[in-house]
Amino acid sequence: MTAASDMMGGRSATTAPAAIELRGISKAFGPVQANRNINLNVPKGTIHGIIGENGAGKSTLMSILYGFYKPDSGQVLVNGQPISIADSQTAIRAGIGMVFQHFKLVQNFTVLENIILGVEDGALLRPSLSKARGVLKQLAAEYQLNVDPDEVIENLSVGHQQRVEILKALYRQADILILDEPTGVLTPAEADHLFRILEGLRDEGKTIILITHKLREIMDITDDVSVMRRGEMVASVKTSETSPEHLAELMVGRKVLLNVEKTPAAPAAPAAPVLEVRNLTMTDDEGVQRLRGIDLDIRAGEILGIAGVSGNGQTMLLEILGGYPPKGSKVAGEIRMNGQPLPIGGRGCDAAQRRRAGIGHIPEDRQVEGLIMDFAAWENVAFGYQDAPEFTKGMLMDNAAIKADAEAKMERFDVRPRNANLAARNFSGGNQQKIVVAREIERNPDLLLIGQPTRGVDIGAIEFIHKRIIELRDAGKAILLVSVELDEILALSDRITVMFDGRIMGERLPENTTTGELGLLMAGVTDTAHTPDDAGIPPESAHVETLPQEPA
Amino acid sequence: MKLKDSLIALIVLAICLIWAFVDGNAASQGIGSAMRLMTPLLLACLAGLYSERAGVFDIGLEGKMLMAAFSAASVAYLTGSAWLGLLAGIGGSLALSLVHGLASITFRGNQLIAGVAINFLASGLTVLVGQNAFGLGGRTPALTGAGRFQPINLPFAETLRDVPVIGPIYSGLISGNTILVYVALLMVPVTWWVLFRTRFGLRLRAVGENPASVDTAGVSVTRLRYAAVAICGILCGIAGAYLATGLSAGFVKEMTAGRGFIALAALIFAKWRPWQALFATFLFGLLEAIANLYPNLDLGIITIPSMFMNALPYILTVIILAGFVGRAVPPRAGGEPYVKER
Repeated sequence: MTAASDMMGGRSATTAPAAIELRGISKAFGPVQANRNINLNVPKGTIHGIIGENGAGKSTLMSILYGFYKPDSGQVLVNGQPISIADSQTAIRAGIGMVFQHFKLVQNFTVLENIILGVEDGALLRPSLSKARGVLKQLAAEYQLNVDPDEVIENLSVGHQQRVEILKALYRQADILILDEPTGVLTPAEADHLFRILEGLRDEGKTIILITHKLREIMDITDDVSVMRRGEMVASVKTSETSPEHLAELMVGRKVLLNVEKTPAAPAAPAAPVLEVRNLTMTDDEGVQRLRGIDLDIRAGEILGIAGVSGNGQTMLLEILGGYPPKGSKVAGEIRMNGQPLPIGGRGCDAAQRRRAGIGHIPEDRQVEGLIMDFAAWENVAFGYQDAPEFTKGMLMDNAAIKADAEAKMERFDVRPRNANLAARNFSGGNQQKIVVAREIERNPDLLLIGQPTRGVDIGAIEFIHKRIIELRDAGKAILLVSVELDEILALSDRITVMFDGRIMGERLPENTTTGELGLLMAGVTDTAHTPDDAGIPPESAHVETLPQEPA
Repeated sequence: MKLKDSLIALIVLAICLIWAFVDGNAASQGIGSAMRLMTPLLLACLAGLYSERAGVFDIGLEGKMLMAAFSAASVAYLTGSAWLGLLAGIGGSLALSLVHGLASITFRGNQLIAGVAINFLASGLTVLVGQNAFGLGGRTPALTGAGRFQPINLPFAETLRDVPVIGPIYSGLISGNTILVYVALLMVPVTWWVLFRTRFGLRLRAVGENPASVDTAGVSVTRLRYAAVAICGILCGIAGAYLATGLSAGFVKEMTAGRGFIALAALIFAKWRPWQALFATFLFGLLEAIANLYPNLDLGIITIPSMFMNALPYILTVIILAGFVGRAVPPRAGGEPYVKER
């Protein structure tokens, strides 16, 4: 950005048409107004952030740009030309490329096959494949997008799969690249690498739209940022002229505490730990060892945070502690709760037994493990505790008591709408999570297992849930927190351990560590003292240029 | 190719060699018979392969073959032409394919239930129409002459007959089959080429694995799946026509006798690959031929009763479906109607 354009107060003074301009876009699904009169102006060659809570309408807006939905009213202009995007093919021809949050890759195809899919040059594959191979080589050299073109997608790391998605868009000659929550699945180092790629693309004149809910990313990389709230575009500002606090306020519509306020932990020091895990190993049904000797201690009155990229064994650890090891797996080791050994498999090892032992569990996937989506909220509030004396009358369930209890909990946790008869499915992500959190926290467990407490939860609810977790800790309970969000781990934990490939890579204190150091541990580098922070990118696949022209 | 991939081929080859060693003449006769019995299975198996590779599970293969057999036999009888019969067979099978496509692609219904419905429909409709038209209790009148596909004798079949090894193989196995047997065999490399060397094949496989990837690439999922289901209908039609006008001489009630399901088992056995499908269906054909040739197999100590021999293909089907052949991973999006997500 030059000083001159800054002085002119934005880019309206420049003559080049915007890469994308939206005028008065509206879209309703039945009674829900997903987008209302949206105006957006994305100048060429910039990185434009779009930020907003879940359900604010970001994804709908991008789906309109990519031809999945037709807007009810309004106009889309690409490079100054009005255009009607009826389907994805039109969007692709207009130079718009999309990298979805959930990759649209064929898992058992090679990188090359995925790249040419839909833009083959003729009825036969061979010429298209060899042309794509050449183009890929060129793109790799230009933008540091190295991927082995003959590798099968399912063998690639998530970061590399994302590169394939970007390459797909570039191969279709996209000038405008839309990325939907691109860093959700990446390690910090992988995310940094992605950002360098995006900056490289911008410097080549490409336009990038970045959809995210992470304020830090917006501040780090974007030139401009637009904020959406409840279907409306509430602000478009230059990133350099705003602050995270200001953006958060715009998103939620009120002031938000970004930093969790908490006092130092006061664990009951000399006493025995609440939970002891010794040499826990787990081998899954395919014979792959997924946990390789986990040792943990959690004392009363402290939060132990487990950081790591998803898929490194955290889920299995939570499931085993929660009493339901994955089907067909072999578990060995020792778990002691308040000094008493817990069964780790076979008879007597189930979630109910864990609850009786004083373990509460907020599972990672609320929609699958935490709730029954088609059951009413009041029923969901009783799940797992349906046998509790206050919920039963003789042989029967005391529905009136359960309902009253559910309504009280929904009141205390500010679940909206305050309607206990509504099916869990009809609540927003944040409110669904509050139902689960209310159920588990209000039972006052000695140990609370928490997996991804704020995944897909809006900022307002995050603040609330974090506060409740701290309160439980201050009441002298032990808490095990598993999260892929490093910011969350750093904000809540009293101690942090990092898991990688089924192992604990190390333990750090939040006040003595950095995201960079944790990122190295998350990538499997233990020697954090002698490695630069940006080295934590997983080993590269073979470089394109070192590969033979044709596969053997 | 890895050893594991060619396992079926090795088993089949071993059976053939042992048989030829034990009783050369019977083997030559039996293997020829196995090839003819394999043909409808192979065509149905490849039909299922196209459909399932595109993500549409089809347990209606049986019904489509039955419908094709009936329409082929009827038209061949009425016109006296096996070729018109073949066309009618393909037409009958295609009509059911269209029903399957409508139910499971356009209306996003359950593919398995649609398949079951097609099987019932074909089973009832063929007998009902047959009884009404010919009054033979659901059979069609026997076909003669040009109403059937006749064996084709390849050149030099007679002259080479007495040459050892090559003679019996060429004149007994390769020569003297009806044209549809050669069509079925030819379909194997053709299918492989279409699936793995053409744009259509790439998209077809992609739509069975992850339809969203095809959709976001701007290609119609619906059109691709309809194309696959239509190819499935044509191949089932040829299979059914061969049953009625090649293998037998006319239609008999329930004449497919579970071949559609055996073809499905072979498809799983073959892990949805064309060459493996050839060997898997040949294995089934071989078992059927052995059962026909040795009704009471005498192994010296015990005699295996004919009922058991006849049941062998079905027993093998159960074993395969129970998953005793290792992990067979079906196309990932198989069975799921595609709904565009937000």
